[in-house]
Amino acid sequence: MSDPTTAAIERRDFDALLGALRRRGYEIVGPRLRDGAIVYDRLHSADELPVGWTDEQEAGRYRLKKRDDEALFGYVVGPHSWKKFLFPPHLRLWRARRNGRGFEVEPEPLPDTKYAFLGVRSCELHAIFVQDRVFLGEKFHDPVYKALRERAFLVAVNCTQAGGTCFCASMNTGPKAQEGFDLALTEVIEGKGEGGRHYFVVEVGSERGIDVLRDVPHREAHPDEVARAEARVKQAEKQMGRALDTHGIKELLYRNLEHPRWDEVAQRCLSCANCTMVCPTCFCSTVEDVTDLQGEAAERVRRWDSCFSLEFSYIHGGSLRQSVKARYRQWMTHKLATWLDQFGTSGCVGCGRCITWCPVGIDITEEVRAIRASDGARANRGGEGGQPR
Amino acid sequence: MNPHEAIAVAKTRADVWEAPMVPRPWRVVRVRRETPDTKTLELEPAEPLNFAFRPGQFNMLYVFGVGEVPISISGDPQNPQGLVHTVRAVGAVTRALCSLKRGDVVGVRGPFGSAWPVDEAEGSDVVIVAGGIGLAPLRPALYRVLANRGKYGNVALLYGARTPQDLLYRRELERWRGRFDLQVEVTVDAAGEGWYGHVGVVTKLIPRAEFDPDEAVALVCGPEIMMRFAVKALHERGVSLDNIYISMERNMKCAVGFCGHCQFGPQFICKDGPVFRFREIEGFFRVREI
Amino acid sequence: MTATGANQRSKPLKDLLAEHPFFRDLDEKYLELIAGCGRNVKYNAGEYVFREGDISDTFYLIRHGRVALEVHVPGRGPVVIETLGEGDVLSWSWLVPPYRKQFDARALTLVRALAFDGECILKKCEEDPRLGYELLKRFLRLVGRRLQATRVQILDIYGQGGK
Repeated sequence: MSDPTTAAIERRDFDALLGALRRRGYEIVGPRLRDGAIVYDRLHSADELPVGWTDEQEAGRYRLKKRDDEALFGYVVGPHSWKKFLFPPHLRLWRARRNGRGFEVEPEPLPDTKYAFLGVRSCELHAIFVQDRVFLGEKFHDPVYKALRERAFLVAVNCTQAGGTCFCASMNTGPKAQEGFDLALTEVIEGKGEGGRHYFVVEVGSERGIDVLRDVPHREAHPDEVARAEARVKQAEKQMGRALDTHGIKELLYRNLEHPRWDEVAQRCLSCANCTMVCPTCFCSTVEDVTDLQGEAAERVRRWDSCFSLEFSYIHGGSLRQSVKARYRQWMTHKLATWLDQFGTSGCVGCGRCITWCPVGIDITEEVRAIRASDGARANRGGEGGQPR
Repeated sequence: MNPHEAIAVAKTRADVWEAPMVPRPWRVVRVRRETPDTKTLELEPAEPLNFAFRPGQFNMLYVFGVGEVPISISGDPQNPQGLVHTVRAVGAVTRALCSLKRGDVVGVRGPFGSAWPVDEAEGSDVVIVAGGIGLAPLRPALYRVLANRGKYGNVALLYGARTPQDLLYRRELERWRGRFDLQVEVTVDAAGEGWYGHVGVVTKLIPRAEFDPDEAVALVCGPEIMMRFAVKALHERGVSLDNIYISMERNMKCAVGFCGHCQFGPQFICKDGPVFRFREIEGFFRVREI
Repeated sequence: MTATGANQRSKPLKDLLAEHPFFRDLDEKYLELIAGCGRNVKYNAGEYVFREGDISDTFYLIRHGRVALEVHVPGRGPVVIETLGEGDVLSWSWLVPPYRKQFDARALTLVRALAFDGECILKKCEEDPRLGYELLKRFLRLVGRRLQATRVQILDIYGQGGK
């Protein structure tokens, strides 16, 4: 892989990038505006992007607002993440047919889709790396994930503004995309009207990226342009309204499994599972075995699941995590602590989705802060004063 | 590692299983009724197949159109093609498994999971403490120990069940009891007429068993609460928590560490367990609803 | 039941008690005292050591064999709730009112035991409360362990709902 080179692409030539990808057989997916949110779906031209739109996000709040420019990527992340493509929400694993007293199993052929992800934010890039460690692990590989992942072309986009709930800076996952992409773009808009300029500074990250770039009208980026691009990304970094202190967080949570904060958050949490659905790294799934009406044909389907559901921990006799407290604790300690022991990285990339999409606005950064602030507290034991030991 | 490199490495590793998600057919050769709600199925491969397992491992058993459940292997590791599973009917799939007849076909994925430390225990006394259906995953370990009896010191099987009617492998228990080189003590929680054995919790058998706590390895399996008390009793007798092994159980859907259901703290029961050295999971074991 | 067997005991009762974990660390003079209230007894398989409701004035130290503690459940017959064996102490109800046996105790096998005259010992405890305290400590520990074990038993951990 050659050293990353920097180039510049003019706004008017942006569609050539899509064309170049399409000609190479890629199915392009990227941000689109639908039902009042920016979601990821098929893209055919630059006009289909949420041009001139931005999002306003806060805990439990997501609104779209018109910008005063025509930026293609002037927003951050919405309820979708790229996991919906690499780790499909519904996936048939195999089919089976009765055969005398036995049955024959027919595995599903592996998907051969070549996705091109257009507009992958740095936090999302890291989320993909996190899921790589899950599905391409030490012992077992998920063949579907592997097939899709190997083929996927990643066009990263560096954020030039922080979202309302973002905290990638404190998680070391952004806002600048560092590696693992094929191409990385930073959108620059200077001035308005006739004198205005609208271009993209492009960083190449792989051989595939070089190959695609050849097919797109581009030029070497001027040092000023590069500087401007970097300044905008730096600005996004400074804008972050939240931070998660990850110092010793694993040990912190391991020693506070009985902290009264869990009871407190459980009073607010609806166990609606939104956070797990929007989180780009959550990977829990379940399988369903179904048959046709005659009982002659059966199939197994994998679908997304959430540790917030009561059935998730069911074994004969009952569910092991009956209380909402236990389930919230499971989610948060998995995301921030046990994930480290399991996969060597945090499960959280600081994208803020769980905060935005929580109907009651639970903020994972606040929960960590609260536990840190009273590290070692135990739930009230009763008696005089109820002092923590 | 650079993510591109990680993918490249993933492509070349031949030792990694392309996650075995497809069940293979095995035929039921024999069905034995152990108790009113428990059956032992003996299976043979319905197609040519290499199969080997270590004591403590489990398979995912699939009944066509009904579903799949994790069931520990309870046969002799020296005869893996004679696959044995003891199943208790507690849900839809296990009930379907218990209704199978000779000649029916079952889907099998596996074996999965970690094993009892039967190799590492050579040279030590071995204390096997089983509660209820917990004897099923321990039986292969006992077979292995008995097949190499000379390599172990005192060996004791302590087994507790609900009532005398709920005892598994009754005839085998009596055969084992007849050996001169094996202690077998059985107790039940309640008994009617005709039972002249022990009545009481299985932990009561621990202080009396003949073994040297300093030189013993204990293998414990049963309902979690029973394991909790058994570990306590063993520890009180002087067995180190480093030498006590338990087998955990959790909801499982994939058995390969992807679905997330079987997590117990940082451990995936399906691939880090189900057998654990107690010291390793001591911290999380004591946390409620973890 | 016979008061003494055909074999003569060669070891004095006091020494037998001293070796037993239940009476460990008990003062020599108390061991003598208790031994003085004890005698050897034997039960054949099937014989009752005592029945529910009997006046409780004796406790036993089982030296050989197995005793079943039973309760009669209408419709089910006698249900064994616990078995006690060699080295176990049988009965604590002699220490406290209402001084009544709570369960049937039936010998499942030939049983040889030491039987202690509770009335005799209680009288000595009144004279020397220290002895009473030492015995209460030991019996309380015994009852505590039985209670814990019983509680686990009633959880029905092997039952359908058990996990």
